[in-house]
Amino acid sequence: MKKKEMANPRDAYGETLVELGKKHPNIVVLDADLSKSTKTVLFAKKYPERFFEMGIAEANMISAAAGLASCGKIPFASTFAVFATGRVYDQIRIDVAYSEANVKIFATHGGISVGKDGASHQMIEDLTLMRVLPNMTVLAPSDATQTKRLVELMAVTKGPMYARIGRANAPVLYKKEDLRDIKIGKGLITKDGSDVSIVACGTMVDQAVDAHEQLAKEGVSARVVDMHTIKPLDEKLLMKCVKETNAMVTVEEHSIIGGLGGAVSEMLAENATAVPFKRIGVQDMFCESGEPDELFDKYGLSTPHIIKTVKTLLK
Amino acid sequence: MNRVNLLIWIYMYSIYYKKYIHEKTIQGFNLHLGEKGRGEPLKRHDEEFIRKLDLTAVKIRKHIIEMLYLAKSGHPGGSLSAVEAIVTLYFYHMKHNPKDPQDPNRDRFVLSKGHAAPTLYAVLAECGYFDVKELNHLRQINCMLQGHPVCTHIPGVEASTGSLGHGLSFAIGIALAGKLDKKDYRVYVMVGDGETNEGQIWEAASSASHYKLDNLTAFIDRNFLQIDGNTEDVLRLESVKDRWSSFGWHVIEVDGHDIEQIIDALLSANEQKNQPTMIILNTVKGKGVSFMENNVDFHGVPPNEMEYKLAMKELETAQKALEATL
Repeated sequence: MKKKEMANPRDAYGETLVELGKKHPNIVVLDADLSKSTKTVLFAKKYPERFFEMGIAEANMISAAAGLASCGKIPFASTFAVFATGRVYDQIRIDVAYSEANVKIFATHGGISVGKDGASHQMIEDLTLMRVLPNMTVLAPSDATQTKRLVELMAVTKGPMYARIGRANAPVLYKKEDLRDIKIGKGLITKDGSDVSIVACGTMVDQAVDAHEQLAKEGVSARVVDMHTIKPLDEKLLMKCVKETNAMVTVEEHSIIGGLGGAVSEMLAENATAVPFKRIGVQDMFCESGEPDELFDKYGLSTPHIIKTVKTLLK
Repeated sequence: MNRVNLLIWIYMYSIYYKKYIHEKTIQGFNLHLGEKGRGEPLKRHDEEFIRKLDLTAVKIRKHIIEMLYLAKSGHPGGSLSAVEAIVTLYFYHMKHNPKDPQDPNRDRFVLSKGHAAPTLYAVLAECGYFDVKELNHLRQINCMLQGHPVCTHIPGVEASTGSLGHGLSFAIGIALAGKLDKKDYRVYVMVGDGETNEGQIWEAASSASHYKLDNLTAFIDRNFLQIDGNTEDVLRLESVKDRWSSFGWHVIEVDGHDIEQIIDALLSANEQKNQPTMIILNTVKGKGVSFMENNVDFHGVPPNEMEYKLAMKELETAQKALEATL
């Protein structure tokens, strides 16, 4: 297998913020003592007056971001996914979502690929928590290119938004010329196929692409849909996939409850579509410390698991 | 020539509008508000003006009782204790324009203790942000005035509150934006004393002093009561003054029902450099209605018909006494 070109979505985030900072004087960035990890430090160096170090005080950070937004600023508030959502759910609920504040919560270190820090830091509920909030847009970019594009779109699209990326380097899935096709609320057919649709988001899109390639060798034509926007869900594209392929699988680095898999199953159930369907993700459990690949293997998120699930569905 | 004429007419009308129409509508209480405004100290002997503000406070209390009675729910105690400070801000101190609620240069007020919404709503309505008749429909379906303040639907409401502990942080965001934009607006926020049980308040206390937010002034409505009882029994707060001082705030303690003292404190806050100000308002929960005063049972219970009539009678007596002095 040829070596994949890698890039870190966190770097893409930080670098894009710097670029946007030049174009949009209203962009401000807040961080909670993790700017070196979230890469907002790049913005802090370039635009120190527009960067607010809030310390390890996430609740204050989110509410202050909403206050900044009420004065016409476009705040990007960053920390790890676990602290950016669960810890500050009430602040996001009232000050951001209910208030329809133009606050962009950009979380890094989402999912179990945080790895060795263990379950305390492996956020597998954030997509669910954010998705249930009215007015909230929920994004999970899959590579550095897509991260860059979605950050740009977040800056110019009004309203409360949450985005999460992982910690690790990610294979580059998209080229510059693909940027145009990346739109909030529009899924992407990354690999076409006719037997099964693998709907994935974030880090799992790459695993799905690998599955696509290996399945092809075995004569199974798998379509890979990169559903980088969990909310609003691209139901049109999903229904198209239901019609054009014979089965559907969702894959996410997240609990199978309430995230991408939850959203897709809700839609399928209400549309009374009897398509064979399976959610791949973390089962209703906390994981543990380990290398990302080890964790993907043990908890059923890696390519072989996707392949196995697809085959079972198509039987 | 015609154009010059037109311009003259527009100019004349704008003066007329400002002097008569505008004043009449926003100053329902015959107060010449906005004429004085922030940074212009009252003359010490301007007692009549203070009495007019006192009278306004009584009228706001009548609104509160009426609103809660009609709504059959809501929080009388903490609404009544907060009246004087909010009246002083909107009818004397703050730079704001009900005709232009989004004016980027306006002073802002955040009611962090959102359950005192009736006080804020009554003041906003009397300022002219919306029709006073709306007050009759507090907490009712298909109506604007929600149980707790919401910024997306109600003109003049800066922040959605109700979940305690958020407002001070929200105000910090406004203050940071003001500093960044080099604007001279000020931001005011009121927290309840019980509300300072919330951890987020202390995150914000650190943050405001860290960022040297001298454009931020907070009030704490120190009425000593929260739902489960005396604040010192529920979760000790004393010494409130020392706590805020040790977090780097300029702290002033006043009688929260004495408008002259509140004005002095606000002016002192204006003068502070490099640190935020906390004005401790020593207040009486349920102030102005004898049987609600210091009575924790009226934290979140509205008056019944008999209590309503009794309360209105007391407030009308207070109103007449004040009117007699004017």
